[in-house]
Amino acid sequence: MRTLRSSGARRREALAGYLFLLPSLIGVCVFLVSPMADTVRRSFFSVAGEWRGWENYQTLMGNASFRLAAGNTARFLAIAIPLLLLLSLGAALAVRRAPAFVKSSFLVPLALPVASLALIWRLLFDSQGLINAALDAMGVGTAAFLDSGASFWVLVGSYIWKNAGFGMVLFLAALANVPQNLYEAAQLDGAGRFQQFCCITLPHLYPTLFVTAVLSVVNAFKVFREAYLVAGNYPHEQMYLLQHLFNNWFLRLDVDKLCAAATLTALVLAALIALLQKFWGRSRV
Amino acid sequence: MRGLGKALWAGLCALLCLTVLFPLGMLLSGSLMGGDEALKTLGPVFSRAEGYAAWPLLPQYPTLRGYIELTLDSPEFFAMFWNSIVYAGLSLLGQLVGVGAAWGLARYRFPFRKAIFALYVFLMLMPFQVTMIGQYLSLDALRLMDTRWAIVLPAAFSTLPVFIMARFFEAVPGSVLEAARIDGAGEARIFLRIALPLGFPGLLSAMVLGFIEVWGMIEQPMTFLRSQNLWPLSMYLPQITEDSLGWAMTASAIALMPPLLVFLCGQRHLVQGIGTMGLKEG
Repeated sequence: MRTLRSSGARRREALAGYLFLLPSLIGVCVFLVSPMADTVRRSFFSVAGEWRGWENYQTLMGNASFRLAAGNTARFLAIAIPLLLLLSLGAALAVRRAPAFVKSSFLVPLALPVASLALIWRLLFDSQGLINAALDAMGVGTAAFLDSGASFWVLVGSYIWKNAGFGMVLFLAALANVPQNLYEAAQLDGAGRFQQFCCITLPHLYPTLFVTAVLSVVNAFKVFREAYLVAGNYPHEQMYLLQHLFNNWFLRLDVDKLCAAATLTALVLAALIALLQKFWGRSRV
Repeated sequence: MRGLGKALWAGLCALLCLTVLFPLGMLLSGSLMGGDEALKTLGPVFSRAEGYAAWPLLPQYPTLRGYIELTLDSPEFFAMFWNSIVYAGLSLLGQLVGVGAAWGLARYRFPFRKAIFALYVFLMLMPFQVTMIGQYLSLDALRLMDTRWAIVLPAAFSTLPVFIMARFFEAVPGSVLEAARIDGAGEARIFLRIALPLGFPGLLSAMVLGFIEVWGMIEQPMTFLRSQNLWPLSMYLPQITEDSLGWAMTASAIALMPPLLVFLCGQRHLVQGIGTMGLKEG
């Protein structure tokens, strides 16, 4: 009797759960899942619809622009994300006890649309811009920030400027969750500040480090906005990212290459996330 | 020694704040320049006039003329502003569908629940470039390309808000729900009377983040819209810089007012929403 009733209750619970989920799930399937599945399928066919096997992927690997863009994107991620994590953790430790308005002012860049700020970035970094005006006035040589390898660093800087607050808020939430009595106990045992940070604070931060790193990767793909609005479709070679390539192939409707590149990007990102999860994902305390 | 350390710390905090806020300050102060002054300031960069751009700390002849002309006298600008409002409004309205999904995923046990949740997380982590060609082809097949719905529908079914709201719903104490069930409340009633009020901060966080996201969109309108009259403000701004440089700073400043306002009103929720993303995994 009892098992019968509980299995009925379980079925009712499952039904209610599905009903709550269904409207969203249908939309997600139509606008996200099925387009992605279609992308994967098309990556094995020619534009005309003939089976190609791995050929599209081979073309992709031999394509010079793809290699340039993928390399630049990888370099961007490898430099900007560790830097962002370090700086936002540093900022979190610095403003930990500061008044709330100081903390939330760090989120302002996140709220401002890139389209508005593009004007300021150009005004600052253009070859005839404000920074060069200052450099010239000081008698030091000027630099072409947007038309040289320096453009890559301008992009890294604007990414960090926009996203540091986001990471900082995540770290602040995690810092507030570290049990205070651990520090008291450590102090009694004579542990120094650095030791406390390494043995108590850091282990408590690992899961947050994981989440922040993963979300920063997603946000890193949005630097295309800055790059595109400041430097256009074909920026300096070192600033040419996967996002530019996708956009330019899209304009030419190179569907086969685009689908292979999208599938590959998704796979690499999924692998990267899985790797991060392996190292930082599980709580160590 | 203590006092010195404290002063250094305060100085560091102030410096950080300044770095974070100065571009906003520049834009706001620049938006008050009259057309001639703005042209003189921006000219070297944007129309390749001789010499370097120069920046007066404060505008010499501050004026609100730019604001008045743009909002009252240029129907095109107003139309784009209205487009952005429509996109943000409809997308957020559509995201309400996710409230139910978040509640279902957070509080009910059913087959494939974990897999579906993992799928939602995976989708929220994929950049636009991964889905763009697929979405373009589907929207085209549905005959939605180059319509408002091409922007609104994909944004409405974004999975990030579901994830944030589920985090908040997980925190609703189970005992409250049990008590309600014992009192004979149905599932719909529990959702409306208990889940919604208790999870409301989660909904607000998701909405603040969603508004900022939709307002700043560049990639989607670039890919899915061809007709210029459907463009959101974020796409139209570069055009203004090209056509009427004297107004560019004012236009950019007006464009950031709505998200800035939403941020100022909802910063507590934004901080809370971002904070919950990093804590204990569900």
